[in-house]
Amino acid sequence: MALSKINEVIRQRQSLLTEWVKGQLDSGVLRSDLISEVELRRESTAFLEVLSEALDKDPSLSFRQPAYRPVLNFLEELSRSRGKKGFSPSETAIFVFSLKQPLFTALKALHIKDAEGLANAVWEVTEFLDNLGLHTIDTYLVGREEVIRGQQADMLELSTPVVQLWEGIVALPLIGTLDSNRTSIVMETLLQVIVQTRSEIAIIDITGVPTVDTQVAQHLLKTVAAARLMGADCIISGIRPQIAQTMVHLQIDLGNVITKATMAEALKTAMNRSGLVVMRRAVPSSPTGLGTSALS
Amino acid sequence: MATLLKSEKLEVSEEQHIVTVRQAVRRMSVEIKLSLVDQTKIITAASELARNLLIYGGGGEVVLELLREGVRQGVRVHFADEGPGIENIELALRDGYTSGGGMGLGLGGAKRLVNEFDLVSAPGKGTHITITRWK
Amino acid sequence: MDRIPILTMGHFLLVTIQVDMHDQLALTLQDDLTNKITSTLAKGVLIDISSLEIVDSFIGRMLGNISSMARVLGAGSVVVGMQPAVAITLVELGLSLTGVYTALDVEKGMQLLRRQIDADFYHLTTDGNFVEI
Ligand SMILES: Nc1ncnc2c1ncn2[C@@H]1O[C@H](COP(=O)(O)OP(=O)(O)OP(=O)(O)O)[C@@H](O)[C@H]1O
Ligand SMILES: [Mg+2]
Repeated sequence: MALSKINEVIRQRQSLLTEWVKGQLDSGVLRSDLISEVELRRESTAFLEVLSEALDKDPSLSFRQPAYRPVLNFLEELSRSRGKKGFSPSETAIFVFSLKQPLFTALKALHIKDAEGLANAVWEVTEFLDNLGLHTIDTYLVGREEVIRGQQADMLELSTPVVQLWEGIVALPLIGTLDSNRTSIVMETLLQVIVQTRSEIAIIDITGVPTVDTQVAQHLLKTVAAARLMGADCIISGIRPQIAQTMVHLQIDLGNVITKATMAEALKTAMNRSGLVVMRRAVPSSPTGLGTSALS
Repeated sequence: MATLLKSEKLEVSEEQHIVTVRQAVRRMSVEIKLSLVDQTKIITAASELARNLLIYGGGGEVVLELLREGVRQGVRVHFADEGPGIENIELALRDGYTSGGGMGLGLGGAKRLVNEFDLVSAPGKGTHITITRWK
Repeated sequence: MDRIPILTMGHFLLVTIQVDMHDQLALTLQDDLTNKITSTLAKGVLIDISSLEIVDSFIGRMLGNISSMARVLGAGSVVVGMQPAVAITLVELGLSLTGVYTALDVEKGMQLLRRQIDADFYHLTTDGNFVEI
């Protein structure tokens, strides 16, 4: 039977390994700048070991069976580490696909007078390795997606600087279009900074926001509500005339949220609430307004 | 189609089990690295539904599933009871509606807290709710 | 049976909720608090939920109840330290905890309570030392 023979081949790892590693190196796809031959040999050896163990437990080659889970795990780990090192999907998948050639050669040697047996074995091995290869690519994509999402989140965070204006007062100057995803990250950041700085007042300035639709307004209101649950008050500032008009038009009600036309106004209110007073120092007695006196 | 990576079954027959459900949902959410806010959302939704299952459904079964669909992973939780069922689903989902002196926020709120919400119920047929939160 | 401890700090009571609270524990706490407000004549209650990982409608209702009961008994109350993720979730759930006072941490919560309480009492607490039972 073909199955037992595949297992046989895998068990005589040494010759297979040499062929396989050579095949990977010669494939022209592998990046020798990203991985050393030693490492490649180590990974290949480990994979054959895991594969052989799986085949001992369950020779069916049905890769979804529990016995093959360690094999899939191994490939997932490989995908992830190669993805991080900067390998492309094909550079990653070649690991599995390049095992075909040496396996076929070995199988051929075992089926010298049995063409049908050979055909069957080759077919089974092909199907099995193709599935493993596809699984490798899938995991590779998941890994990449994670990296990209992480980068996106980092960028979003960078684009939302929450600044501390005074002890107990933070401000979030929002700039640019607010989509749902960005707004929720921005708002989360604000709430975190409120906790970190123990600020009881947060000013959300929307001067730089081109439009406020119902959704954005909803987000703003939810943030104000969440901040209140945490024990902080929000002031929304920088509502430009056009935005005020659209908001009335869309019947967006900011309810009992404090709003101010400018950030300066908002800051004044915030200071006032915190019991702070801003005063102008007495005018210094040194001569001023020389120009005007000369004219009079 | 989503592939099932893992599943776990819990029985809910007393109040303490609501905490067990919350903890199990947290474990799975952490496993697929949901953000803290998303974790909190699905745990809260599960807490509401587990309590409804116990109080109105007279207890039942909760099944947690860890899923992969394409490149995304998710946590899915099924709540099944063989209690009296819900006669008017639309009404039950409405914020503020309660038949038991609650605040009537559980069902509607749970729906808002997850990506997918599926409710099947009829008088005498029990109540089956499935929620999913994707990463 | 397990209980959530209630500490006395001068004229205030402090409850720190540290466990994943099951429903019965919440109900017991409600009872214990009302009894303690009456027996100690406390002027205010601080409920520290900074370690709480979720607040669902049940716990939300408990927080609302405590604040109403404290008010009936002539005491102030404030919920302190709610985590951002919890607050965001609670808003989405639809719970606004109207009538419940909130503060960022215990210290700010005390300040809030002092402001709520009449001027006489204010003097008492500013120099009063914290007594732990
Ligand atoms: N599993 C269930 N079986 C039967 N009826 C249910 C079930 N779950 C919910 N209901 C019905 O739907 C109503 C609304 O449920 P919901 O969770 O929104 O509010 P509540 O439980 O009454 O109050 P809250 O959850 O805010 O404390 C319930 O009062 C009950 O009549
Ligand atoms: Mg409910």
